[in-house]
Amino acid sequence: MVLPTPLAEYTRHRREVEAEGATLAELLADLDRRYPGLRFRVIDEQDAIRPHIKVFVNRLPARSLEAALAPTDEVLVVAALSGG
Amino acid sequence: MPRLLVLVGTRKGLFVLEGDRARRKWRMDGPHFLGQVVNHAVIDPRDRRTLLAAVKAGHLGHTVYRSENLGKSWEESAAPPAFPKAPTGEPGETVSHVFWLAPGHAKEPGRWYAGTSPQALFVSEDGGRRWEGVAGFNTHPDRRKWIGARDEAPPDGGTLHSINVDPNNSQHLYIGCSTGGVFESRDRGATWTALNRGCAADFLPDPNAAYGHDPHCLRVHGKSGDVYQQNHCGIYRLDRMRSRWERIGKAMPIEIGDIGFPLALHPREPGTLWVFPMDGGTVWPRVPIGGKPAVYRSRDAGASWQRLDRGLPPSQGWFTVKRQALAVDTLDPAGVYFGTTGGEVWCSFDEGDRWRCMVLHLPHIYSLETAVVD
Repeated sequence: MVLPTPLAEYTRHRREVEAEGATLAELLADLDRRYPGLRFRVIDEQDAIRPHIKVFVNRLPARSLEAALAPTDEVLVVAALSGG
Repeated sequence: MPRLLVLVGTRKGLFVLEGDRARRKWRMDGPHFLGQVVNHAVIDPRDRRTLLAAVKAGHLGHTVYRSENLGKSWEESAAPPAFPKAPTGEPGETVSHVFWLAPGHAKEPGRWYAGTSPQALFVSEDGGRRWEGVAGFNTHPDRRKWIGARDEAPPDGGTLHSINVDPNNSQHLYIGCSTGGVFESRDRGATWTALNRGCAADFLPDPNAAYGHDPHCLRVHGKSGDVYQQNHCGIYRLDRMRSRWERIGKAMPIEIGDIGFPLALHPREPGTLWVFPMDGGTVWPRVPIGGKPAVYRSRDAGASWQRLDRGLPPSQGWFTVKRQALAVDTLDPAGVYFGTTGGEVWCSFDEGDRWRCMVLHLPHIYSLETAVVD
């Protein structure tokens, strides 16, 4: 997984991390076990990707947390920076 | 050696001003959470050590951080305030930000309350590590009527604020909702009733509506239990026997009026309070009237008011003081502090008689809280 800089404090400033899961939901759950609190920064309490955050799987936008993943897929999380 | 802390929550982080008990020597610590919105930060008066901060990082959502060493290190809540997941196919609510933090009753260590946007109430029983919704309010069948539709919320979202626990009854809670009004619970949050009788709501078609009001800041005196509010329409004191608000702002000078956001109470004298009047004319500029900032103090529960502007800018002072940004310390005489949207902290160590600017150049200030710690 490749994570945006606003999440760096959760991963001890590692931008690229590994996590496991057969779906995006499982991957994020595993990521949260490794880096507690990180999932809630990306996914809200209704299990929706937060506004202004995009998740890409192999450079294609992921629409749902149920998206299936292959073992070598690359997941990219992008967070918008906006406002003053 | 006891120290006085002033916590300054800003749009870009938390700053802590630390003074000696004489309030002569000050140093500033921070920023904590640089770049993140800190709506409120509060030290637990029960242990004078635990510090909670309501934080939001841009588009990454909200959270609560806690520290047990006054900010030397922080731990994020394992379960921040959040609505339950809605059943499939039904719209669910999401917390935008935590706006208000309040410790529970003195006899309930570890219990905290949090108010959020949209308006909802959450409670923690473990010092802020895990939060749960207060179902009696959040799932109340009339909640949506009370707080209005989502598209009716103010630009930054409606907030549940001014969470106060009656010092004489831990079961008795007061909250303010903008919009919605003041509500109280006498059973620790299980049931709620509107408490707006006598309070003006000149923006509602029914001036005697039971709810829909806009309290800006509600304070309950920590010893007497007296209740005051700065409302959208004026300054009020609650006649507790009649459960009716009396407009004490009528005693303010007519050219100043009684519009404003913050209100603060004296730590010992139930009849002493401070407000910061603002221009509520036409489009609501929300700035000092005529660009001449002044705090007003009453020492007789609102029967009369004194203008306190010695040391403040005599003209061209156009900052705003938000509802959480007027605070009082517990020393004698009480220190009074306010933070501005221009990043200044002003202080008075003689209960408002004379003012001086103690800090410049901070980000937009959202909140001030004080605490004496060891």
